[in-house]
Amino acid sequence: MRKIPFVLGVLATLAVASLQAKEVTLLNVSYDPTRELYRDVNQAFAAQWQTQHGDKLTVEMSNGGSGKQARSVIDGLPADVVTLALAYDIDVLADRKLLASDWQQRLPENASPYTSTIVFLVRKGNPKGIHDWADLIKPGLQVITPNPKTSGGARWNYLAAWGYALTQPGGDDNKARAFVSALYKNVPVLDTGARGSTNTFAQRGIGDVLLAWENEALLVQKQLGKDKFEIVTPSVSILAEPPVAVVDSNADKHGTRAVAEAYLKFLYTPEGQTIAAKNFYRPRSADIAAKFPGQFPTLKTFTVNEVFGDWRKAQTRFFNDGGEFDRLNQSR
Amino acid sequence: MQRRRVLPGFGLSLGYVVTYLGLIVLLPLAALAWKASGVGLHQLLQLLSSPRTLAALRLSFGGALVAAVFNAVIGLLVAWVMTRYRFPGRRLLDAFIDLPFALPTAVAGIALTAIYAPNGWLGQWLVPLGIQIAYTPLGVMMAMVFVGFPFVVRTLQPVLEAMDRDVEEAAASLGATRLQTFMRVILPMLMPALLTGFALALARAVGEYGSVIFIAGNIPMHSEIAPLLIVEKLEQVDYAGAAALGVVMLCFSFVLLIVIARLQRWSGRWAERSA
Repeated sequence: MRKIPFVLGVLATLAVASLQAKEVTLLNVSYDPTRELYRDVNQAFAAQWQTQHGDKLTVEMSNGGSGKQARSVIDGLPADVVTLALAYDIDVLADRKLLASDWQQRLPENASPYTSTIVFLVRKGNPKGIHDWADLIKPGLQVITPNPKTSGGARWNYLAAWGYALTQPGGDDNKARAFVSALYKNVPVLDTGARGSTNTFAQRGIGDVLLAWENEALLVQKQLGKDKFEIVTPSVSILAEPPVAVVDSNADKHGTRAVAEAYLKFLYTPEGQTIAAKNFYRPRSADIAAKFPGQFPTLKTFTVNEVFGDWRKAQTRFFNDGGEFDRLNQSR
Repeated sequence: MQRRRVLPGFGLSLGYVVTYLGLIVLLPLAALAWKASGVGLHQLLQLLSSPRTLAALRLSFGGALVAAVFNAVIGLLVAWVMTRYRFPGRRLLDAFIDLPFALPTAVAGIALTAIYAPNGWLGQWLVPLGIQIAYTPLGVMMAMVFVGFPFVVRTLQPVLEAMDRDVEEAAASLGATRLQTFMRVILPMLMPALLTGFALALARAVGEYGSVIFIAGNIPMHSEIAPLLIVEKLEQVDYAGAAALGVVMLCFSFVLLIVIARLQRWSGRWAERSA
């Protein structure tokens, strides 16, 4: 019973402490391969926020497939910010009035503080001699990539392949269609998500080449060893721009708009850019990128907006029902 | 005149049953149907006539049927051994049977894939023989067999326990061969329970997503299951299309379950006639 005064004392102290500093919680709904990135970002930003404002900030994370995460937010997951794999997944939130439709103009660089690109992961020694996209349609070669209908990452892979064929001398839509259809004929397994494909390739030993985001490829190499896999950077690829946005309606409801906006702006600061680069995402800042020599080889890149208009158009044309990807499968 | 029941409370309990079933089963199904109503008839027909949808439905229902038949045969054997014989380790073995129930389906899927992939424990021996299981329709069925297995065993066990051995002895003493005893005496008595287990295993396999998705390969027209098509629709934020496909699967399953219930009644009469 003598413990009671002690407990009361602890509680009283905590109560006083909590009067001085507010506890702020932010929910960041993100896609799968950003776990490591945002663990570092959250730690750094929370420390900065506490020194500047005195409030103790906790950033909670929800990770999952990008499209599924967008649907969760539509269905009521109270995200203050979303950091997803492609702009279309935030567009559908704007369609439902969860945030302003000009969200992509509210932050610099298409609201994508970091980028990546699509590269090839091959087995050590590159036994099949894969150097560029054209090598992927060799008969008998096995290419691993997830299903673009269910995986946001896979849509970047698909568009990268299409864009490559389109930008070749004499390239047009017909040639691009033929190239992409030959490529997908070489795909023996369509996993539902990017990490699933990585497992199929790395753990199950299926396939000769994995189409992967550069940050995923670097992570696999780091975790499973450089002696097993090599990264091949093609001559040209897509600039993957994973976007971020404050979910207006939720942030206003929670009274977290100021901290949510500061959180996303932090990603553009030198500190935020360095964290992105350490987690294998290409920073927008050339200065920070220069501090990681050799990690991000130069290659020609094109953006979705340059080649396909924008993500809405790309989604409708390629991935919705009856789109290019469906037609490719019906002729299978 | 109303007959008096031994135990009172029919009205109360029926009210409870109707409310409970309504809330737990019918309400979500009604919500599904309501969502699906956003799809026009034309669109629905288009969806149903697409070769890809048909292929996926064929794999989901065909695969589930094959898996359920397989489970019925093997499940009968296992239940027989478990109830008729006493051997060391029986209880432990008996506990193993429920594992597919307890295991998260994704874990089951990953484990099965790890075993049957070309570099897996079994896969590395099977694939050179030309038997590829992972990433083919065969893998889909394998996962379906796994998740449906306990149903048949668990529905048969109590019936086998309760079955009097006298009838077998009586059949033998009346000059029945072993095959005759099995076909004309034991099987008819087991048939209703066997069909129940079969129906449960079938229903489970048709709707199974978690474990199948890892081993299926998910290649359209080849190893793509119908539930994946639903997920694909959701991925396009096409809730109505997803719900419509869901309703179609539900109708198919409902018809199948009704047919099995019919078979069961018929087999009950068969058992009475044989007895």
